[in-house]
Amino acid sequence: MKKLLITVLIVSGIGIYALFVRHKNTDSLKAAETSGNTNTSGVGNGSSNQINSNSNTNNGQTATSYKNGGYTGSVEDAFYGSVQVSVKISGNKIASVNFLQYPSDAQHSQEISSYAMPQLKSEAISAQSANVDIVSGATQTSLAFQRSLQNALTQAQ
Amino acid sequence: MQETRILMGMPVIVEIVDSWAKQKNINQVFDYFDYVDKKFSTFKPRSEISRINRDELKPDSYSRDMQEIFCLAAQTKKYTDGYFEIGLIGQCDPSGIVKGWAIYNAAKILEKAGFSNFYVNAGSDIEVRGGRNTSKRLWRVGIKNPFNERENVKVLGVSNCGVATSGRSEHGDHIIDPKTGKSMTEISSLTVIGPNIYEADRIVTAAFAMGKKGIHFIEKTRGLEGYMIDNDGQATFTTGFNSYVLTDEVD
Repeated sequence: MKKLLITVLIVSGIGIYALFVRHKNTDSLKAAETSGNTNTSGVGNGSSNQINSNSNTNNGQTATSYKNGGYTGSVEDAFYGSVQVSVKISGNKIASVNFLQYPSDAQHSQEISSYAMPQLKSEAISAQSANVDIVSGATQTSLAFQRSLQNALTQAQ
Repeated sequence: MQETRILMGMPVIVEIVDSWAKQKNINQVFDYFDYVDKKFSTFKPRSEISRINRDELKPDSYSRDMQEIFCLAAQTKKYTDGYFEIGLIGQCDPSGIVKGWAIYNAAKILEKAGFSNFYVNAGSDIEVRGGRNTSKRLWRVGIKNPFNERENVKVLGVSNCGVATSGRSEHGDHIIDPKTGKSMTEISSLTVIGPNIYEADRIVTAAFAMGKKGIHFIEKTRGLEGYMIDNDGQATFTTGFNSYVLTDEVD
C-alpha cells in the first residue's frame, strides 16, 4: 500500500513537472517568434530565422529570457550583398535589432562579378496581335506623347 | 463604362465592366487621383511635396498619406539595395512609388463599391480585376514595342494583378541609376507583372535602374514575373512569364 502511494506521488510529481516545463517552453517559443519578426522588412530572407536560432539555448530548448548584452548574428546572403544583424538584450528582453551589414556599394560591385546569373530565356521581339484591351508601355509618359496629346485636346476644345 | 482623363500629367483610364457601374463610381476614382495629384505633384508649387522640397514643412506635420509614402519609399529602397531612390538631385520625387500606390488605392475604392471586373490604368501602369467578359475573366494587355508605338510585342492574359512598364522616354532618359547618378540606358523597356500594381510599379522602377541585372532581380523575387527588352530588340524574360502570355486571337 505504502509503495503504491509513493509510486503515485512520484509519478504525479513527474507529471506536474513535465507540464510545468512544457508550459515554460511554449511561452519562450512564443517570445522568440514575436521578437524575431521585427525589423525584417524586405532585406533578404535569413534574418528572422537567424535571430531565433541565435538566442540562448539550453539543452536545445529556447530560454524564456535572454542574457543582457550584445550579440552578433551570422552573415547571410541577400540578393546583392550580405546582411548581418546585431541584437541588444536589456532587461532580459530584446531591446534593439540593428543591421551591421547591408548590401553596400563595395560589396555590391564584388557580388556583381561573382554572382552566377541563371540562364533566362531570350527571344527577338516581334509584332503580336493588335487586339488588346489595355496597353502597357512607358512611352505614354514621354514628353513627345504629352505634347501631341495636349495639341489634340486643345483642338478638341 | 469607360472614361479617360488627363491627371498627374498622364492619361488615366478607368473601365468598369460590371453592369451596375454609375458615373459617380467613375467620378470617385478620378476625384481620388486629383487628390493625389494635388498632394504629390512636383510640378504644382503648392503641393505638399513641393512645400517639403522648399523646407516649408517639418516631418511631424506631413499628412498621413505623405508619411505613408515616405515610409514605403524607405522600405523599397532597402529592399532593392538602394536602386529605388526618391531623393535624387537634392529634391524629393516620390512619383515612382506614388503612381502604383495611387492606382492600387483607386482599385480598392471600386472593390469596396462591390465591383469585380474593372481596370485602372494610369500612364500604362495597370491594376486589373476580373476580366473583359464574364466567361474568360481575363484582360488582354499588350506590351508596347519600345521602338514602335503602334505595335504590341506581347499580349498578356491577366486578372487580379498589376502590370507596370518602365522605359526610356524619347526626350531624355528619365530613370537614373542611383549608384552612378547617370541615366540608365542599358535597356529599353522592362515590364513587371506583380500581385498588385503597387508591388509591380515600385519594383519595375528599381529594377530598370539595375539595367540588365534587373530581370534577374525579378526572377529571384517570389510573385513577380518580368519581360525585359534591350536596346537591340532582344527580350529576356523570367521563368514564369510565359504562363501569362496569350498566343491566340480569340477573346
